Amino acid sequence: MGSQVAPALGRDVEGAAPSVIIKTEDLWKTYDMGAIQVNALCGVSFQIERGEYVAIMGPSGSGKSTLMNLIGCLDTPTRGEYWLNGRRVSELTDDELAYIRNKEIGFVFQTFNLLSRATALHNVELPLIYNGTPAAERRARAEEALRTVELGDRMEHKPNELSGGQRQRVAIARALVNRPSIILADEPTGNLDTATGDEIMALFDRLNASGNTIVLVTHEHDIAARARRIIHIRDGKVARDEKTGR
Amino acid sequence: MMNAFRRHIRENLWLALDTLRTHKFRSFLTILGVLIGTTTVIAVASIFAGLDQEVADAARDFGTRTLFIFKWDPGIHVGRLTREERLRTPLTYEDGMGLKEDCPDVEDVAVETFIWWGSPPVLKYRGSQVLHYNFVGATPSDFRVVNDSLSDGRLFTDVDDIHKRDVAVIGADIVSRLFPNEDPIGKQITVGSNTFKVVGTLGKRKAFPGDSGTDRVVKIPYHTFKKFYPNEKENFIVAMAFEGRLDEARDEVESVLRRRRHDKPNASDSFGISSAEALIHQFEQLIGTVVLVTLVISSIGLLVGGIGVMNIMLVSITERTREIGVRKAIGAHRSDITWQFLLEAMTLTGAGGILGILVGFGASFLIRALDVLPSAVPLWSVFVGFAVAVGIGLFFGLWPAIKASRLDPIVALRYE
Repeated sequence: MGSQVAPALGRDVEGAAPSVIIKTEDLWKTYDMGAIQVNALCGVSFQIERGEYVAIMGPSGSGKSTLMNLIGCLDTPTRGEYWLNGRRVSELTDDELAYIRNKEIGFVFQTFNLLSRATALHNVELPLIYNGTPAAERRARAEEALRTVELGDRMEHKPNELSGGQRQRVAIARALVNRPSIILADEPTGNLDTATGDEIMALFDRLNASGNTIVLVTHEHDIAARARRIIHIRDGKVARDEKTGR
Repeated sequence: MMNAFRRHIRENLWLALDTLRTHKFRSFLTILGVLIGTTTVIAVASIFAGLDQEVADAARDFGTRTLFIFKWDPGIHVGRLTREERLRTPLTYEDGMGLKEDCPDVEDVAVETFIWWGSPPVLKYRGSQVLHYNFVGATPSDFRVVNDSLSDGRLFTDVDDIHKRDVAVIGADIVSRLFPNEDPIGKQITVGSNTFKVVGTLGKRKAFPGDSGTDRVVKIPYHTFKKFYPNEKENFIVAMAFEGRLDEARDEVESVLRRRRHDKPNASDSFGISSAEALIHQFEQLIGTVVLVTLVISSIGLLVGGIGVMNIMLVSITERTREIGVRKAIGAHRSDITWQFLLEAMTLTGAGGILGILVGFGASFLIRALDVLPSAVPLWSVFVGFAVAVGIGLFFGLWPAIKASRLDPIVALRYE
């Protein structure tokens, strides 16, 4: 697979205007639990434009995790359409989704999810390995990403030699390294103390200021308030879509 | 699929070796089965290659243009003789002489006779005696035909034979047993109740594996033997073909003997002809079967090892479910994950194979050093051993690897 998938995913101009990065239209996700069917999402529609800083908020069970999985191309909707950076991704195969995840999305997880046996540098290189970037370029770009998150002096350290905040910054560097369309962060401060959490949020502010589109999934008001727009999800629907005025 | 393989071979090899480093003891236990299996293959192959070499050397030591003729097939016998075989009459001295007369491609013929039933008479010199040895009455041409070398003294001649003189030529082993500290030439040895003067000694021959009798031989002239043992009828004929005429000589010997022994046109030969190459071939066929059986047995070890590998790969994949989830989230294709674990399994068993080869070399060296059996590790067994080991990893790692590649990234990421 790899690069030969790209032409098959030709841009769908009808689907979205160029400045729109994410467009969902009537997204449904239904889980078949045997006797009953559970609707995790019931017709979610919204748009996110390039350079936005959006928080998706909702209590547990609201469907925000399901929505995040769909946005992150880890899953496909039961019904409805999803365009990411002009590509219709709602009906792709496993391998095509893998390609999109690699190119268009930078994941940041609550539990960092770094490979414990690899150095910070190697962790950041990983997405580039999966798209076949030559070794020299890979290293240069990974080093650059690590410097962006101010870990230029910790490149050869392994995760267990780094603090929680530093680990999350390695994870953010890994998310950045492929220059994705969006950075998708799932409770990125959930495992950090308040001070370190603030540092990480400051880093997101900075990344957004330099043009990165950020989608933050959280249930914490304080964290969501750092974003410039909050999409509230409740019972599988968009309950409120507000600008924070930041 | 192959793209993914080429793309990540270095990355995956690094990962696999790293896993091996991290779980040294676990990995060692896992590959023990493969190690033992490979060691067996190498050790068995080396012993049989060694035996084969020694048999070939010993057989060729008689000369590569020599035909061995007896009333039964010379060589290795398996099973009982048929009724027809049991009723065969002995070959005669005249048969031997007739071959020399009538076969244009036969350069020379020797006839050997011996005590057919039981062991030879006790061989004595002063206080020492030898019980187990070959006592042969041979035509003087025998030394040349079977490629004996003279060590000291002289060989007996036609004159000795015609006059039925009581002279003997003895093998190297007899010399060292009866005459450890003196010159045997001119000494009188007794065989049973008869006395023979030692006129010559033979050089050491190459021995068949397990046969200590090659150099433990006493040869006396054919007609001297007949004088003392007139009732011994069996003869062993050795014919030497002219250089490069072995096949032709064989055909001539066959037709001359069929005529002399009145074999019916449709019946098979009432005698057997063999040669060094035929003996080697016969031996190789015999050990081929043994090698096959051994390999089947050792492959059971490899199978058990393979199941162990599959088991540990499943454990490894469960342990690293989250890692698989992360890799998929950041863009690993199914084939990437498959190759990662497949290469890990192959590295594991490949390492087992390399260790097994080294241990096998050690075993072969020990066998040779302790002089138990001849042994030499053949190159093919190294390649076969390694390929089989890696193949085990490929075969038994495939299902776990595919299982890993099919993990749902969402489930894998949430795995605790």
